[in-house]
Amino acid sequence: MKLRKIVTLVEETRTEMGREVSPPARRSLAAAVIANPFAGVWAEDLSELIETGEALGKLLGDEALAALGCAATDVEGYGKAALVGELGELEHAAALLHPKLGAPLRTVIGGGKALVPSSKAIGRAGEILDVPLGHKDAAYVRSHFDGMRLRISDAPRPGEIVVAVALQRTGRPLPRVGGLTHDEIEGADGLR
Amino acid sequence: MPEVKVRKTLVQVETILHEGGPAPEVPQKRAAAMAVIENPYAGGYVEDIQPFMKDLEPLGAEMAQMCIDALGGDASVIEGYGKGAIVGVNGEIEHGALWHVPGGYAMRDSIEKSMAIVPSTKKVGAAGTRLDVPVTHTNASYVRTHYDAVEVGVPDAPRPNELVLVLVMTTAGRIHARIGGLTKDQVKGEDGLR
Repeated sequence: MKLRKIVTLVEETRTEMGREVSPPARRSLAAAVIANPFAGVWAEDLSELIETGEALGKLLGDEALAALGCAATDVEGYGKAALVGELGELEHAAALLHPKLGAPLRTVIGGGKALVPSSKAIGRAGEILDVPLGHKDAAYVRSHFDGMRLRISDAPRPGEIVVAVALQRTGRPLPRVGGLTHDEIEGADGLR
Repeated sequence: MPEVKVRKTLVQVETILHEGGPAPEVPQKRAAAMAVIENPYAGGYVEDIQPFMKDLEPLGAEMAQMCIDALGGDASVIEGYGKGAIVGVNGEIEHGALWHVPGGYAMRDSIEKSMAIVPSTKKVGAAGTRLDVPVTHTNASYVRTHYDAVEVGVPDAPRPNELVLVLVMTTAGRIHARIGGLTKDQVKGEDGLR
């Protein structure tokens, strides 16, 4: 993996519409800018990117957790996304994200039963990447459907890929649209 | 005196390993702390806005510490700084100017070698507006390796009646700086310039 830079974001919402958010809503994101080994060329075998995805699951999980600044066991949700520079294909993002990134990410936060929600796109440097977030043990927890936006002005260059992992300490700032709550989950099947 | 009402904070850290050239042993780190606050003067012309500068001092100190913490907690590693503000569209550019004094002195109070003026920029803009915050050396403005800039922004801010306040700190000059000029090792540290 040829790593050029790492970007982390941590966001804390203390009030919304004049109402206190208690405890403050916190979420973090860590992104890596890497060289795309298959930029501009056809490759049938994408295993190099699959292995890179595994390494990034740990690296970005560690970075995002450090930025979030809480115990691993306090993390309530996660998400992942990739933005492929113009000389790459969507399948490169899929290779990074889907086969192997999730397991080491779950190890960092002490488990996670739910599918890691994901998004991918091809775009130019400075494109906005929306990284979805969802509850880590029960995908139907409605308060935790969320997302973070990332923009790196100089990435991805055409031969690069931005890979991002996001974590949430809480759900949205003032959730009030009902549905399954964090306290009600069974945590057996990753859904409820 | 208007109260400082913080809606949210956002801390961004970049760790730059290389940009296509030889990677230095220690990567460059650049941190930005942003705070989204209510603009107490939005919506109409207010002549005397100066008291708010004093009100912003504690927030400035908190944000300077957020930058230092994001860079590892040791203020002595800070080599560059800058500041900025984005004013929501119901405010005026002068409201952003309120940040010059409390933002700048908050950083200079927390960084020992900080004789140089803190470079700054500001604009009026909608939520999601990006701002390129200029960065120069903390102790000598002419250090050419440290002329830099960090792009920041908050996706959902500033709302029309809000301000986004920004402080930026860096641990090194540009990653492959090689255009000559004054270097950090040559700084006299007497006038904030050289």
